[in-house]
Amino acid sequence: MKKGTESRTQGVLKRISGPVVTAVGLDAHMYDVVKIGHEELMGEVIKIQGENIIIQVYEDTAGIRPGEPVENTGLSLAVELGPGLLTSIYDGIQRPLEVLVEKMGDFIERGVSAPGLSHEKKWEFVPTAKAGDVVKAGDVLGTVQETNIVHKVMVPPNSKGGTIKKIAAGSFTVDETVCTLEDGTEITMLQRWPVRVPRPTKEKLNPDIPLITGQRILDGLFPIAKGGTAAIPGPFGSGKTVTQQQLAKWSDAEIVVYIGCGERGNEMTEVLTEFPELEDPKTGKPLMERTVLIANTSNMPVAAREASVYTGITIAEYFRDMGYDVSLMADSTSRWAEAMREISSRLEEMPGEEGYPAYLAARLSEFYERAGRVVTLNGVEGSVSVIGAVSPPGGDFSEPVTQNTLRIVKVFWALDAKLSQRRHFPAINWLDSYSLYLDSLTEWYDTEVSPEWNPLRAWAMAILQKEAELQEIVQLVGSDALPDEEQITIEVARLIREVFLQQNAYDAVDTYCSMSKQYDMMKAIRAYADLARVAQASGATPQQIVTVKSKNDLPQIKFIKDYEPALEKILKDMEAEFDAMRAA
Amino acid sequence: MKEYRTITQIAGPLVFVEKTEPVGYSELVNIVTADGTVKRGQVLDTSDDIVVVQVFETTAGIGRDSGVRFTGETIKMPVGKDMLGRILSGGGKPIDGGPEIVPEKRLEITGAAINPYARASPEDFIQTGISTIDGTNTLVRGQKLPIFSGSGLPHNDVALQIARQAKVPGSTEEFAVVFAAMGITREEANYFMADFEKTGALERSVVFLNLADDPAVERTITPRLALTTAEYLAFELGYHVLVILTDMTNYCEALRQIGAAREEVPGRRGYPGYMYTDLAGIYERAGIIKGVKGSVTQIPILTMPGDDITHPIPDLTGYITEGQIVVNRELHRKGIYAPINVLPSLSRLMNLGIGEGHTREDHKKVSDQLYAAYAEGNDLRGLVAIVGKDALSERDQTFLEFADLFEDQFVRQGLYEDRSIEETLDLGWKLLATLPEEQLVRIDRELIQKYHPKYRKAAQG
Ligand SMILES: Nc1ncnc2c1ncn2[C@@H]1O[C@H](COP(=O)(O)OP(=O)(O)OP(=O)(O)O)[C@@H](O)[C@H]1O
Ligand SMILES: Nc1ncnc2c1ncn2[C@@H]1O[C@H](COP(=O)(O)OP(=O)(O)O)[C@@H](O)[C@H]1O
Ligand SMILES: [Mg+2]
Ligand SMILES: [Mg+2]
Repeated sequence: MKKGTESRTQGVLKRISGPVVTAVGLDAHMYDVVKIGHEELMGEVIKIQGENIIIQVYEDTAGIRPGEPVENTGLSLAVELGPGLLTSIYDGIQRPLEVLVEKMGDFIERGVSAPGLSHEKKWEFVPTAKAGDVVKAGDVLGTVQETNIVHKVMVPPNSKGGTIKKIAAGSFTVDETVCTLEDGTEITMLQRWPVRVPRPTKEKLNPDIPLITGQRILDGLFPIAKGGTAAIPGPFGSGKTVTQQQLAKWSDAEIVVYIGCGERGNEMTEVLTEFPELEDPKTGKPLMERTVLIANTSNMPVAAREASVYTGITIAEYFRDMGYDVSLMADSTSRWAEAMREISSRLEEMPGEEGYPAYLAARLSEFYERAGRVVTLNGVEGSVSVIGAVSPPGGDFSEPVTQNTLRIVKVFWALDAKLSQRRHFPAINWLDSYSLYLDSLTEWYDTEVSPEWNPLRAWAMAILQKEAELQEIVQLVGSDALPDEEQITIEVARLIREVFLQQNAYDAVDTYCSMSKQYDMMKAIRAYADLARVAQASGATPQQIVTVKSKNDLPQIKFIKDYEPALEKILKDMEAEFDAMRAA
Repeated sequence: MKEYRTITQIAGPLVFVEKTEPVGYSELVNIVTADGTVKRGQVLDTSDDIVVVQVFETTAGIGRDSGVRFTGETIKMPVGKDMLGRILSGGGKPIDGGPEIVPEKRLEITGAAINPYARASPEDFIQTGISTIDGTNTLVRGQKLPIFSGSGLPHNDVALQIARQAKVPGSTEEFAVVFAAMGITREEANYFMADFEKTGALERSVVFLNLADDPAVERTITPRLALTTAEYLAFELGYHVLVILTDMTNYCEALRQIGAAREEVPGRRGYPGYMYTDLAGIYERAGIIKGVKGSVTQIPILTMPGDDITHPIPDLTGYITEGQIVVNRELHRKGIYAPINVLPSLSRLMNLGIGEGHTREDHKKVSDQLYAAYAEGNDLRGLVAIVGKDALSERDQTFLEFADLFEDQFVRQGLYEDRSIEETLDLGWKLLATLPEEQLVRIDRELIQKYHPKYRKAAQG
């Protein structure tokens, strides 16, 4: 900006090359939002090179010509935060897709803007603070019953705060003042927050509570903590999306933000049709009521895809600030990385590994850093858990996005095409996957599940580990050549895989498995293993032990809702069978 | 329209033009050569100084003396109801000797994205009569389900059998076929055309032909013309449209060629870094829209270079499409038609289109069990090769035999054999019945008692 002169907010386009355009005659700062051309397409400044202002455009640029006007709004790319977020579906720059259908029909045309929140709708505001109270940034002023979720209206994080002069209950739009401070500051229910800036918190806490997902292999073997980070890489068709959708459905978060980043349109439709019908197992309320969807599908503009993850995480942080446990799924972070690569190559930046920009690792870690369990500015606890899908080319985990992600996240759920091909779902490889939260979660499992759980988990992992070693021998000499004891290990491992690890997302009952059912199932497998050892010690053959009939009913437990009587019967039958074996 | 004679450089399919009035990005360009031939192209980059044009045809004959006309609009496709039964070039011009298309509309060929909020969930089961598809990788209306094949494998037969037999049981709605050939041989094209003619499908088809000796760059617009036509037939005229795109590998090669000419930083194996986004712009043009009558179902065909499913072309395709049907060389060598290997095959929308009210309540579980059993039997084959059959347990032997039976009876079928879904599922049960009943761990006890041949016979007898 030239000293003393007005800043130039109007410039002209000089060059158009796909989603990247160059403007001149304009004063701009990095990440300013600009309007491009006669149709006022939305864009964002991503590079400044002397007179040349380089802009990524969130809409298709076909037909735009050099010489068309460019206007700088002077604002950064921001989202609107306030009541009305829940149940919404947005594109990558927070345009509500429902409103876009009303405005331009079934296909997404360009040049249409729509605010993230309805500015007409009235919400019932119930103050929780009163005149005379001294409030600071982040403090809760009152509440709005948004869905079954209570939306907390807070003093914006960048506000100075002060003494409340006036605050009253009533019906307000998000633009209307609900609270006035002594210094004249007017506070509405609407906050605008720049998406690329993390929202402030008071303090980060240790992640020592698991995010319970109802998925046995996750809760049982590789848990993620509330406020933790996880990556789920896998080749196409291995189950990234289904796993993420399972987490969106069943995890015990209070708010879910689901980002479809450069993926399929039909998958978002599936969420939209399914979620309103499903109930939160904890509250019994429709799942949709706690959900915000961001859908910037693969064929929507790449620049908006780049922005979508920031839009999503900012919304997640906002609900965290109210004290909620939020979980955020991003499917797929690889498409986000590719959007960065595409833009970077248009900027003719020096490419790093496999053409990705050199700042790929930095962007990924900045993103995952926004996860965490925190004490909010208003002193309560909230969390954002982040689960990112990764789509490695050719399923090869050595590529840059997977590798850079694994350096940051604490949980790795490795999907395995070999498992998905045999329809072993979730196709999470139990030997390659890990959770670095195990230690910090031990206590929780001890007190909330059972002191027996942690040893049981360790036992199951050891059996699986052992099986993998034995399989190598079997591949050479056949299973009959194994010592008796090891033949039993193989059978127990098979039970762990087929009964415990396999879980069908499409079965009405098996789709969600409570922690106590998980515990009961694993205990039952352990019971078989223990009986088998005793029987073997007293002379039973592996053939006899492996053909125990009652254990064949164990897989059926998965499909039964009130499984306890059935499981008890199996256990009883099993004991009887082993008793008979010993007697013989 | 102003004509410029300011070409400064020609490189591959790219033509650089100087000192123009402002030209729009993506605008359609006509280049007139000395002998009066008009070649079409599109603006790739536009600025005050220079405009880069990508020419769809060969640049032979274009020189610094050629004239360049900017049309002021992006590429549009004239569409109309009388397109059904017509054969067009890969650039959209009639080549069947018939009249020009009478346009009812001119539509943008890049096609806007369907708003995800406007989509309806695809859930109408399409019966193809092929067991490995209907039974274990079910196709539904509005799905994009490619065929991954290898050179010399009978993918065309599979695609044609689907086109011939596809029906939504119980539905009598109008359907149409849009067929787009990209870089295939004349012989292959004739094979398709002959079958279309024989079955009378041609009357309700629109055919786009870009053959092996047609310009490669034209291939980059052929699928877009085809899909623009399909969307018009589906969403404006209410047809259920089946789109066959073959061979997407040739399309991708053309993309690579253009990328190289533009001296772009190449991505994996030389293909452009934006190939995912580019392919998504094609494959995502399938689906159903709420409150609109028709649908677009896509069956793209691609040959995997070196039969390698991790090659960028099948890889990026699989990441976008809703599954894949994999044609397998080994099964083909064994003389089995349709040589579909179910293990790497997948239909992601299957769950929406099967089960009670769609096919049969036992469908999902039967499919899962067939998969698990075949996978296990197939693995054992490797073991048998080393340790011999005798080293296998009794249990393992039944699985080994199951794998053979599955290939011989479930996978193998006639080129004209049209199995109903009941036949396919019952066949599945017949094969599962060769396994010990307690090994059917993927199926609920109730379903076993209802459908397992053992109990059925008992119930009947
Ligand atoms: N029966 C099974 N059920 C479930 N998962 C299995 C089974 N057998 C193998 N796996 C999984 O598949 C993985 C690979 O198995 P396998 O031992 O056949 O592979 P490999 O030796 O790496 O094969 P290759 O060398 O042929 O690539 C194992 O680590 C395990 O996770
Ligand atoms: N937990 C599961 N239970 C049952 N089927 C599953 C499960 N996970 C994945 N699948 C199957 O695998 C297919 C591909 O999964 P998806 O999540 O779409 O893969 P990706 O996102 O990795 O490409 C699904 O359509 C479904 O058929
Ligand atoms: Mg997916
Ligand atoms: Mg092996």
